[in-house]
Amino acid sequence: MSSSKNKHSQALLAKLAAASSSWGIRSVAFLVCIALLQIAGDFDLINQYYLHILTIIGMNIILVASLNLVNGYLGEFALGHAGFMAVGAYAAAVIATKVGPPGAMTFVLALIGATLAAALIGYLIGLITFKTVGDYLAIVTLGFNMIIVNAIQNMDYLGGPRGFGGIPKTTSLIIVALCLVITYTILRNLVFSGHGRRWISIRENVIAAELMGINIYKAKNMAFTIAAAFAGLAGGLWAQYQQFITPKSFDYIKTTDLLVMLYLGGTGSLSGSILGVVFYMILMEILRNVLAMIDPRLAELRMLISPLILVIVMLTRQSGLLGNREWRWLKPRKEDSTDEYSS
Amino acid sequence: MRKLGFLLLALVLLTFAVSGCGSSNELKIGVSAPLTGDISALGQSTKNAALLAQEEINAAGGIKIGDKSYPVKFIIEDDENKPESTATVFQKLINQDKVLAIIGSQSSKCSNAGAPIAESAKIPQISPWSTNPNVTKDRSYVFRACFIDPFQGKVVASFAKDKLKAKTAAVLYDVASDYNKGIAEVFRDEFIKAGGQIVAFETYMTKDTDFSAQLTKIKGTNPDMLFLPNYFNEVPLQVQQAQKLGLTAKIVGSDGWDNPELLKMGGPAMEGTYFTNHYSPDSDRPASKDFIAKYQKKYNMMPDAAAALTYDAAYLLFQAIEKAGKVDPAAIRDAIATTKDFSGVTGDITYNGSGDPVKGSVIIKIENGKFVFDSAVNP
Repeated sequence: MSSSKNKHSQALLAKLAAASSSWGIRSVAFLVCIALLQIAGDFDLINQYYLHILTIIGMNIILVASLNLVNGYLGEFALGHAGFMAVGAYAAAVIATKVGPPGAMTFVLALIGATLAAALIGYLIGLITFKTVGDYLAIVTLGFNMIIVNAIQNMDYLGGPRGFGGIPKTTSLIIVALCLVITYTILRNLVFSGHGRRWISIRENVIAAELMGINIYKAKNMAFTIAAAFAGLAGGLWAQYQQFITPKSFDYIKTTDLLVMLYLGGTGSLSGSILGVVFYMILMEILRNVLAMIDPRLAELRMLISPLILVIVMLTRQSGLLGNREWRWLKPRKEDSTDEYSS
Repeated sequence: MRKLGFLLLALVLLTFAVSGCGSSNELKIGVSAPLTGDISALGQSTKNAALLAQEEINAAGGIKIGDKSYPVKFIIEDDENKPESTATVFQKLINQDKVLAIIGSQSSKCSNAGAPIAESAKIPQISPWSTNPNVTKDRSYVFRACFIDPFQGKVVASFAKDKLKAKTAAVLYDVASDYNKGIAEVFRDEFIKAGGQIVAFETYMTKDTDFSAQLTKIKGTNPDMLFLPNYFNEVPLQVQQAQKLGLTAKIVGSDGWDNPELLKMGGPAMEGTYFTNHYSPDSDRPASKDFIAKYQKKYNMMPDAAAALTYDAAYLLFQAIEKAGKVDPAAIRDAIATTKDFSGVTGDITYNGSGDPVKGSVIIKIENGKFVFDSAVNP
């Protein structure tokens, strides 16, 4: 009896090892590709503009995927994600300019500080927020986004409404790619583990989940805190990439942009977060280039055509491009057999 | 799904393959303007003025470098009045379109996001309308065509003391915007220095529409003048609400007022108010008269200051390219920095070693639903 159980667990371990090693190999291959792009960019073989777009895409994927934990897996409708990004951005800006000399150590410290600061604020806000559900939770999180932005606007130490400048530019494409891989490794391990199952069960039927013995309040707050932490990480990257941040860059308009990309890609899917961001960002840049090529006077049509495309996509694929489905390579191997996704 | 992916990929490749092409004979100049977003009216005047300047210079045969003439091509991009979009626009203009110089952006927060990119790529940038001091600070490739906020605060303070004979003043400004806050603070300091008294210094946030709480407080202090250094889309509401409350103070504003929309939205409430501006349509400068006539003929509307400043920025650049004598951003930068007495639409512009020009300002009065020239103020 015990030996068969042992065998079973050994087989499981082997399977897990195989799965993680293939994920590991893929991650390394991805990072090598990005590193090559970066090196090509440094030697002016690749247009810096493309690398800039890829960098922004990378940061937005971290933001959207973390928002997906709350809005997708947990099934709540949070509207304050840009607020956590602001906390991370400002924490990183302060550490990068006022704590250490510019360099790799300060940069890493700034990113860790950004993540922890946003996680802490996220945890505290989560304690209050999850006393409500549904529409009310949406309003509460929107309120906290406004509070964070207005608080920063009134702090002279952080530059107030004038913004915070003079941040050294240390974020590069390869660093964003590295953070993206770390984020996805952690998120993937979470959503395909017991935690992820708990969140999904809360989303599907909160009473049944509670009857199964899940601590709803704790599970929700955990998802919210982790989401905030990764938003903070993205904010930290953002601040050290843009070199200049203003509180208004993190208001509900930014949150809306993230929501558009999340729901376009599809909720409850880590693949969807990637596809949503890539689709939306590239669409906007294609429109920018195509319209400029046709006639410089058409530039403002971009803001007319892109929402129209969004409407058409959402009408034809109502759960987003990849709602609740995953690309095969993003799943742990064990999940493959119960695959509901084909395309 | 797969079809969609292929379609997207094909589009990407096509776009980037085609966008590399283009005639190498023309001089490409980037324009970053808020064509959409909360100040899109201003973006439109930027675009209009740039296209007017392009049409003119090309009709005259282009810019002469040595003994050869080159046509000019403006590449106008939408920055949505968002700092992050401005950064993308600057990256595209510099790395994809390989522009020689950039005109833009308009609001200070956007120019500040683009400036580090222009500075590190060593591409000259001229912002027509960004009045915040930080935009050009410690940067050698970044210029502006307008005066800076402190100067406007000073102008209004001396105008209030000398012309309006105001002894007490109240201020209501948008605390969330660099522009409004910068002018309001300089005005406060200058007005107090000149012996005046600030009786109320009230704030609001962008997109607020109800100012009755602040205005009621201001009315209680009964000031001689009310200073509203805010943008044209909010000022009419503030003025109308102030009059509804029975406030009788003289109302003065800053160059953010300068847009025909102000008169449309404000109507009769705006009568008898004043604001500082970069230029006046009624001034007797030949360059101004000429520009206004041409702009009106082409677009059938009055140009605002953003249009006039964009036009000046364009010609500053044309003149600098000609003076540099070669298609080289560094030489053009040096030529801009040594510009002396450039006779522009908005005044004579001289650069004295920094990116900020030395130039005059005017006071405009609103009379019979029109912007009327009141007086000129020189530094």
